[in-house]
Amino acid sequence: MGAYIAKRLLAAIPVLFGLTIIVFMIMAMIPGDPATAILGSYATPENVAKLNKDLGLDKTLLEQYVIWIGNLFQGDLGRSYTLNRPVLDEVLERFSATLILAGTALVLCSVFGLLAGIVSAVRQFGWTDKIITLLVLIGISTPSFWLGLLLILIFAVKLKLFPASGMYAIYGGGDLPDLLHHLALPALTLSVVATGVIARLTRTAMLEVLRQDYIRTARAKGLSENKVIYKHAFKAALVSVIPVIGIQAGFVIGGAVYIETVFQWPGIGSMLVKAISTRDLLLVQGGVLVVAAAYVFFNLLADVIQTIIDPRLR
Amino acid sequence: MKKLIAAALASAFLALAPQAQAQTPPNVLVVGQIAEPKSLDPHAVTAVNDFRILVNLYDGLVRYKDGTLEVEPALAESWTISDDGKTYTFKLREGVTFHDGSPFNAEAVKFNFDRMLDEEHPYHDTGPFPLSFFFSAVENVSADDDTTVTFTLNAPYAPFLSNLAYPTGLIVSPEAVKQHGKDFGRNPSGTGAYSFGEWEANAKVVAVKNANYWDGAPELEALIYRPITDANTRIAEMLSGGLDVMVEVPPDSLQQFKSDASFSVLEQAGPHVWFLILNAKEAPFDNKAARQAANYAINKTALVENILQGTADVAAGPTPPAFAWAYNEGLEPYPYDPEKAKTLLKEAGYNGEEITFYVTEGGSGMLDPVAMGTAIQADLQAVGMNVKIETYEWNTFLGKVNPGLEGKAAMAEMAWMTNDPDTLPFLALRTEAFPDKGGFNSGYYSNAKVDELLEKARQVTDQAERAALYKEMQEVVQEDAPWVFVANWKQNAVTKASVEDFKLQPSFFLMLQDVKKPQ
Repeated sequence: MGAYIAKRLLAAIPVLFGLTIIVFMIMAMIPGDPATAILGSYATPENVAKLNKDLGLDKTLLEQYVIWIGNLFQGDLGRSYTLNRPVLDEVLERFSATLILAGTALVLCSVFGLLAGIVSAVRQFGWTDKIITLLVLIGISTPSFWLGLLLILIFAVKLKLFPASGMYAIYGGGDLPDLLHHLALPALTLSVVATGVIARLTRTAMLEVLRQDYIRTARAKGLSENKVIYKHAFKAALVSVIPVIGIQAGFVIGGAVYIETVFQWPGIGSMLVKAISTRDLLLVQGGVLVVAAAYVFFNLLADVIQTIIDPRLR
Repeated sequence: MKKLIAAALASAFLALAPQAQAQTPPNVLVVGQIAEPKSLDPHAVTAVNDFRILVNLYDGLVRYKDGTLEVEPALAESWTISDDGKTYTFKLREGVTFHDGSPFNAEAVKFNFDRMLDEEHPYHDTGPFPLSFFFSAVENVSADDDTTVTFTLNAPYAPFLSNLAYPTGLIVSPEAVKQHGKDFGRNPSGTGAYSFGEWEANAKVVAVKNANYWDGAPELEALIYRPITDANTRIAEMLSGGLDVMVEVPPDSLQQFKSDASFSVLEQAGPHVWFLILNAKEAPFDNKAARQAANYAINKTALVENILQGTADVAAGPTPPAFAWAYNEGLEPYPYDPEKAKTLLKEAGYNGEEITFYVTEGGSGMLDPVAMGTAIQADLQAVGMNVKIETYEWNTFLGKVNPGLEGKAAMAEMAWMTNDPDTLPFLALRTEAFPDKGGFNSGYYSNAKVDELLEKARQVTDQAERAALYKEMQEVVQEDAPWVFVANWKQNAVTKASVEDFKLQPSFFLMLQDVKKPQ
C-alpha cells in the first residue's frame, strides 16, 4: 500500500508542474496586466512601464517562470502585488478557510447523500422514495449561488438567525460556536448539489446490490433486515460510491468559488476570482497550485479508501 | 427513523443559531467596504476604497475644506508661493507626533517625498508608488528648519496643492517605515484622528480613537472597516444589522433604504464624469457636425433617470460641477433632439456606415456600462447610425482604449474621477496628450485654443484667474464635442438612523472624525 501511495504521489508532480506552465501561459495570453489594473485611468504606457519595472514584471515570461520555480523549491511563492503580502501566507490562510467550508460540506453531503440513497433504495417506489427522488432532483438542479442568496434573505435578513457573511463575528466571537454559526448557511448551500448526486448514485448502487444472490442468501439465513442492509448491502454499494465522493470533493472545492463570494467567506475561491481580475499572476499561480494539489490528494484518498474496503482492487 | 432524522436536523440547525445576531456596539462605527484594502501605506495605493480608510489614519500638509474640493491648512499652518510659481514654502504645525510617538517635523516631510520620488533613497524599495507622478514636478524638498519645508518645482504647476491634499500626499511616520520596511503598509503610523488598531486579513481593519489628535479627539472609540465585495451580500449585511454604514449602494436598492425609517440615505455629487470618447481621426466623427449629432441623439436624461435611477446628473461638459470654483455655470447640456441629430448627420455626409462602439463590462466609476451602452446604441440607431457594440472586461478594455481608437473603433465609454479640474482635460484633451505621446487623448482631439488655455491654467497660481481659463476651455470643448458628455455620478451611502453627523465629501473620501454613534 505504501509503495502504491508513493507512486501515485510521484505521478502527481509532473501534473502539477504542467499545470503551472499552463496557468502561466493563460495569464500571459489574456490582455491587460497588473500595472494597468492598479493604475486604472492613470495607466499611460509610461506609467505602466515604470510600475511593471518596479514590480519586476518587465522580465520575459520564461525568466519570470524560472524565478518562480526557483523560489518554489525554497518554499517561497513570491509576493502578491495587489495585496502587498507573501503569496504563501495568503494562500495558506485562505485555503484553510476553504477546507473548513468544503470539509463541512463534504461531511454533510456524504452523510445525507448516503442516508437518502439507502432509504430510497430500500423503499423503492414507495412514498419515501418518491419524495426523496423529487428533493434530490430539486437539489441537483438548484443553482447554488441563488440558493445561497435565498438562505441569506430568509435566515439572515428576515429571521436574523444566522450572520449574512464572514467567517467569524467581527467583535467578540472567534471560538468554535461562532465559527459553526457562520458556517451553517454556506456549508449547507455548498453541500446541496453533491448531496443529490451522492444520493442518486447510492440508490442505484444499493438497488443493484440488493438484487444479488448473496443478499438473498443472507436473508435466507435469517439475518435481520437491518443487518442485511447495513452490513452486507451497504458495504458492497459503498465501493462504487466512494470514488464518486472523491470526485465530489473536487467539485465541492470548485463550487466553493461561488459560495465564498456570496457569503464573503475568506476562502481561496474568492481570492482567485479577485486575483484573476487584477492579473495578480503570482497569487493566481500559488492558489491554483494548492487547489490542484488538493484535488490530486482527494482523488488519491478516495482510491486508497476504496482499496481498503474492497480487497479485490489490490 | 425518518422523524428522527428530521428532528435531529432541525435541532442541529437551531442549535447553531443560539440568539438573534448581535448588533454593532455603541461608539464603534462598522463600515461596509467594497473590497479589502491593498495596503495602508497611502503612497502605495490607488483605490478610493483604500483612501476611505487612509484619510482617517493620516493627515496631509493640506486637506480639502469640508464639503468642497478647495484646500485648507492641515499639518501645514500656512504657506507662501513664489512669484514664478516654482517655490512653495510651508510653515508646519508644532507639537504634533505620529501615532508611534516620533515627532512630526520638516525632516519627516522631506523623508516622505524623497522616499517616493528619489530612486536612490534607502527606503524607495518599500514601494512601488504608482501615483508618485502626481509629484513629478517636484525637483527638490528641503527642510529649512524644524517647522519649515520648501518644495522646489521644475515648472509652475498649479494643481500641486490639491495633489498634496490627495492621499498620495498624506504624511507617514519615517520611523515606522524604517522599522517595518516593506511591511509598513500593514503596520501604518500617521498623525490622523484614528490610529491603527489591527488588520485581520479578509475580515476587518480596525482604527482606534487618537485621544491626542491635534484637531480634537473624535467621539467614536473605534472604526471597523469590513470588506464585502458582493453588493448583494453587503446589502444583506446592512439589513441584518451587521453594518452601520455602507457605501456604493446599487441604484436598485437605494429606494428600499430610502423608504425605511431605520436608515438614512446620503448622496453627494463628486468630481466624476462619464463620457463617450469619439474618434476624431476617422469618419464619421472627424467631422464636428457628426460629433454634435451624437450629443443631440443620446437621451441623457433617460439614461440617468431610468438606468441609473437618479444616482447621477446629466453632464454638460468635460468638467464636473463638483469643482465649483472652476465650473462654468453658463453651460447647458446638449438637449435631446433626434431631429437635429439627423440633420447634422446628413450635413456631415454620414450614410449609415457601420461604426464600432467599445463597451466595458464594469470598472472604476463606470456605473452600469453595459445597460448604458445598449441604450446609447438604441438612441444612435434611432437617428440612423449603425452601431456595433464590442464588449470587453475592464483591463482588456483599458488595453484597447488607452493606446488610441485609430483603426479600431469610432467610440468608447470612459469615466474619470479626479481631484483637480486640471487633471482630466490636461491628460485627455490636449494635442500633446495623444496616446503616442503618453497621454489619454484616445480620440485624438486637437484644438490649439484648448491647448493654450490648459497650459496657461497650470502656470497661474491665482485661483480666480485659473477659474476663468477653465471656464473658457469648457465652452470651446463643449462646442467642439470631442466627447459625448453623459453623466456626473452622485456617490451614495446608507447609514443606520442612529449614526449622527455623517457626511459624504465631494472628494469621495470618508472623513469620520466628527461622526457620532451613541447607541
